[in-house]
Amino acid sequence: MANAPPSLRPGRRRALHAIAGGACLLVVRPATAAPEDLAAALRELFGDRPITPGRIKLEIPRLAENGNIVPVTITVDSPMTEPDYVKSIHLFAQSNPLPRILDVELGPRNGRARVATRIRLAVSQQVRAVAVMSDGTLWSTAADVEVTVGGCDP
Amino acid sequence: MSRFGKAWVRLSENPKRGEPVEIRAMVMHPMESGFRLDNVGHSIPRHIVDTFTCAYDGKEVFRAKLHPAISANPYFVFYVVAAQSADLLFKWTDDHGEVATHNVHLEVT
Repeated sequence: MANAPPSLRPGRRRALHAIAGGACLLVVRPATAAPEDLAAALRELFGDRPITPGRIKLEIPRLAENGNIVPVTITVDSPMTEPDYVKSIHLFAQSNPLPRILDVELGPRNGRARVATRIRLAVSQQVRAVAVMSDGTLWSTAADVEVTVGGCDP
Repeated sequence: MSRFGKAWVRLSENPKRGEPVEIRAMVMHPMESGFRLDNVGHSIPRHIVDTFTCAYDGKEVFRAKLHPAISANPYFVFYVVAAQSADLLFKWTDDHGEVATHNVHLEVT
């Protein structure tokens, strides 16, 4: 036993396992947002106003290789005229540490209700977009995104 | 110390009066989320761009509130109806009160 190479000595192996195990525990990210947080964020912004599915389109990759840079485009079906326009668009991530991503204010001077940006996603999850119209109605859609390498700093 | 770097704005070619112009705007900024740890395990404080606005001929036409889930070097694409030849003023503000601005002239034919 005394002549065995160091890597075969059981005591050392156990110790290495313990260290590796400890390291893994340290790497595990702190809690990500639960769906209740998303519900709370929606309630904070919109109160109890009804949110209807439709009129809004979310373009986002189904498979995002890098969770740090996920391109997203939100388009709302609206003429963008004085009597009928999109007042704001809101973007949420169900399982990020913070569910809110972005809030955008628009008006008839935009001419087109379309906004694109790049977001961070910590893990595979659902992304939700909500549009507030000038008549006060709320419209929403959601998309599932599979994240290969999570944005470790969402 | 300001963490802002270069700002970059592009408008779609040949804007026509009354038609929406596509605007692409980006500014260099780390968008430090506040959730990362440094190499000795201390949390790195949050430092993000939290507001981005665009004014057209002095009137605000776009306002975005950014949260830490916006990627580093925040990039936005949006539209503005080309009503008349005027300046577009872009302004980014971070949560330390630092400001970056960029001016582009929109020539409408």
